Amino acid sequence: MSGVALVAILISLLYLALLFALASWGDRRAERGRSVIANPYVYTLSLAVYCTAWTYFGSVGVAAGQGVGFLPVYLGPTLLALLFMGPVRKILLIAKAYGITSIADFASARYGKSGLVAGLVTIVALVGSIPYISLQLKAVATGIELLLAHDGASARAALGADTAILVALVLAAFSILFGTRHIDATEHHQGMVLAIAFESIVKLVCFLAVGLFVTWTLFGGPAALLARTIEAGLVERLSFATTRLSYADWLLLTFLSACAVLLLPRQFQVVVIENLDIGHLRRASWLFPLYLFVINLFVLPIALAGLISGFSVAEADSFVLRLPLVHGQDWLAILAFLGGLSAATAMVIVETVAVSTMISNDLVMPLLLRVRALGLAQRPDLTGLILGVRRAGILLAIVGGYLFFHTVGEAMGLVSIGYIAFAGVAQFAPLLFLGISWKGANRNGAVAGLSAGFAIWLYTLVLPSFVTAGVLPESLVREGPFGLDFLRPTALFGLAGLNPVAHCTLWSLAINTLLLVLVSLLTRASDLERLQAILFVDVEQSRRTPRLWRGEAQVGALEQLLVRFLGRPAADAILRAEAARRGRPLAPEEPADAALVERAERQLARAIGAASARAVVASTVRGETIGPDALMEILDETQKVLEYSRRLEQKSMELEAATAELRKANERLQELDRLKDDFLATVSHELRTPLTSIRSFSEILLDNPDLGPDERAHFLAIITSESERLTRLINDVLDLSKIESGRMDWQIGPADLAGLVREAVRAAQGLVAEKGIALELVLPDQPAPITCDRDRIVQVVLNLLSNACKFVPQPGGRVRVELQRKGSLFEVRVEDNGPGVPAAARETVFEKFHQLSGDLNTQKPTGTGLGLTISKQIVERFGGRIWVEDSSLGGAALCFTLPVAESPAAVLAAA
Amino acid sequence: MLDPRLARLAALALAGLVLLSFPVLALVDRWRVGGVPLLPFYLFLVWGSVIGLAAWLIERRERGER
Repeated sequence: MSGVALVAILISLLYLALLFALASWGDRRAERGRSVIANPYVYTLSLAVYCTAWTYFGSVGVAAGQGVGFLPVYLGPTLLALLFMGPVRKILLIAKAYGITSIADFASARYGKSGLVAGLVTIVALVGSIPYISLQLKAVATGIELLLAHDGASARAALGADTAILVALVLAAFSILFGTRHIDATEHHQGMVLAIAFESIVKLVCFLAVGLFVTWTLFGGPAALLARTIEAGLVERLSFATTRLSYADWLLLTFLSACAVLLLPRQFQVVVIENLDIGHLRRASWLFPLYLFVINLFVLPIALAGLISGFSVAEADSFVLRLPLVHGQDWLAILAFLGGLSAATAMVIVETVAVSTMISNDLVMPLLLRVRALGLAQRPDLTGLILGVRRAGILLAIVGGYLFFHTVGEAMGLVSIGYIAFAGVAQFAPLLFLGISWKGANRNGAVAGLSAGFAIWLYTLVLPSFVTAGVLPESLVREGPFGLDFLRPTALFGLAGLNPVAHCTLWSLAINTLLLVLVSLLTRASDLERLQAILFVDVEQSRRTPRLWRGEAQVGALEQLLVRFLGRPAADAILRAEAARRGRPLAPEEPADAALVERAERQLARAIGAASARAVVASTVRGETIGPDALMEILDETQKVLEYSRRLEQKSMELEAATAELRKANERLQELDRLKDDFLATVSHELRTPLTSIRSFSEILLDNPDLGPDERAHFLAIITSESERLTRLINDVLDLSKIESGRMDWQIGPADLAGLVREAVRAAQGLVAEKGIALELVLPDQPAPITCDRDRIVQVVLNLLSNACKFVPQPGGRVRVELQRKGSLFEVRVEDNGPGVPAAARETVFEKFHQLSGDLNTQKPTGTGLGLTISKQIVERFGGRIWVEDSSLGGAALCFTLPVAESPAAVLAAA
Repeated sequence: MLDPRLARLAALALAGLVLLSFPVLALVDRWRVGGVPLLPFYLFLVWGSVIGLAAWLIERRERGER
């Protein structure tokens, strides 16, 4: 058949149109809520976007030259898939909880919503994608060239120009049409997922068709193929030696592929972002490896068949096309080309959507928003701008791929190009996997590790590929830059003997990880970084997101923001949902609560990424984000525990203080109790003494009726005096108890103190005369006005006088009573020439029943022992003071003061 | 607490890694039947078995699971 190429191209264009229709149908179904992709099978097929032209054409190329060396690329993902329900599930949980839109967004959100991290990841992802996209261009272009060559020189001339650039332009146009139909990074690209799932079926069916044809139709079955292989002397191609890999290479490539199946921008897109239900991971964790297993079954047979058929290893990348063509199977060749095209387009579509979303959300928009001069924050509608940036991003990635193909790619095998991309995106592994498991990883560490890993990747893998292509001098790789042997890109620091990809992986990931850990340990994370670290690492506990915004924003302002970035319908939908939640319509001027602000930020994050969303919302919400203090209060568990223990300590201290007070009160009560007991004991004793004496003398009188009148009179006198003493005692006790309990009936009025003293002295005249005491009375000329109970004050002076009379020597006793004014006080002194009161006893003489020791033995005190106590109580009642000091007469001076009355006129009137 | 099913899958992944790398591969590489290296057959057999075991571990009903 002639014109195979033309038919293939026409069918390809029809196929692309079919994909477009399929995607639109998928989107419409999703809009109506009847998703066709919400099952683990479509999810698994969408993961198979991992199998690109690399798998479809390149694996056979590797198998022809290096035997089983193509396998690590599929064994790694198989092993990782077994862990889907472990760390991968956690990544999905985080992405869903925080509205993550790409791997750059994920990294940025984890490291404190850092724009720097987002930008860096985007650049690495973009640079890493370029060789990979160039691989797809090369595969499709080579396929078309091959079909054209089959048709003859005239067909080749008819197409004209460079095939690769045509392929690039068609793919770019298709991706732009496909990937940016709407701004909807907000929602899942259900149509796109449906299309690539379909493509996964197409490429699998096409490849299996070629494999079955080659194995059975051409060779009559696997056994016959094996026999022909032995015959052709190619059987050693099946040994490990053919791979030209060391076992360390094998292991490193397995590990690298395991990283790539999650970290390549398109893989992160389908595994994490487009996932509709985390439960789908469960079945995908064995179905996805099964897909890889099946699509690889015929790789070795096709490779061996090609070699047996006489093709060279250099042609092996296109065995899948060449074998049907040379055996006249034109339609099978077209089918094989279609399968390769579907593998390539699926990759390009998802990769460019993922990368262009990152470019717009994480690199360009944050920068544009930051440039105030552009005034973007005030622009009414930014959706057009965002779409424009995304389209430019797609074009950039594909044109970059074409340029890479043109300069470097033509000289390299498909798989070698692909490995460059793998090693590039593997640089995300440390910041991602440490980021979800270690809270200590911080922004500085992530930036340091990623930058270093990226630089080493460029130096040890990308640079040598330019050397291979002849763009850079060969001496650079052979001898090192400036002849520095230890800096040779493929044997850094003398580490020779590894495959260049394994070599790059080892150095870049080791240093990347080391720097991430070291720098994180040595630098401080901001509060926001620590918050985000907690939210990511403890995602299961943090799902109920704490309110991160505080401050004021009006509903109207937020609405404007949403319209600007998401368009009117999306903004209205959000506000309607909010109104439904509150059960009433929202007014534009009312304040937006934290939940609404957060919802707005999350929706914006879905469209423009976490870093940009934060920036624009912060510009609207006055009062800024929650303050660092409050933030730490909410989040820092340690702080909470500290606070709790501090309070506990405070409580226990309060308790201790209360206990001490109680103990003191208790001691005081015990003391009072003891005093009361003492007082009762003393009173009983004092009452019993006169009673005993009265009783004994009464009994004597009763028992001896014949006593003489003198004796009888003597005894009766004693009885009378003891009875008087008893009465006095009881009166005193009653007085004291009345005063102390506050039930004393005071007769308060104005009085003249001089008059009261004179009255008391007159009352004591008898006693003084009886003892032959010389009494001296010194009174001022003026009256001494005070306010008091007259009788009580007379009682005090009398007490002091009788006390003095008790102690003066007999004969020769001298007592002086003196009244004088001292400022606002009147002072009364009663001095004697008795033995005086020792300094130590001057306080205690005023205590109840206190009698100076010695007195008890030498002579019987005539007082009750309560006189001075009562005097003290009375004086203090009227605001005075009573004390004992030395007298100029040689004995004691008992003194008391009373305040001068404020209104002397009244006193005078009373006097 | 690791979910027992996840623990079994992790163990399977570890076993797969051991069976599909040095030194086991170096041993298998020496196997020949009639001069044909058995390495590719071994690799596909182990790979397929790991997937089959994973399917069995994931899809079988745990006791008490409906």
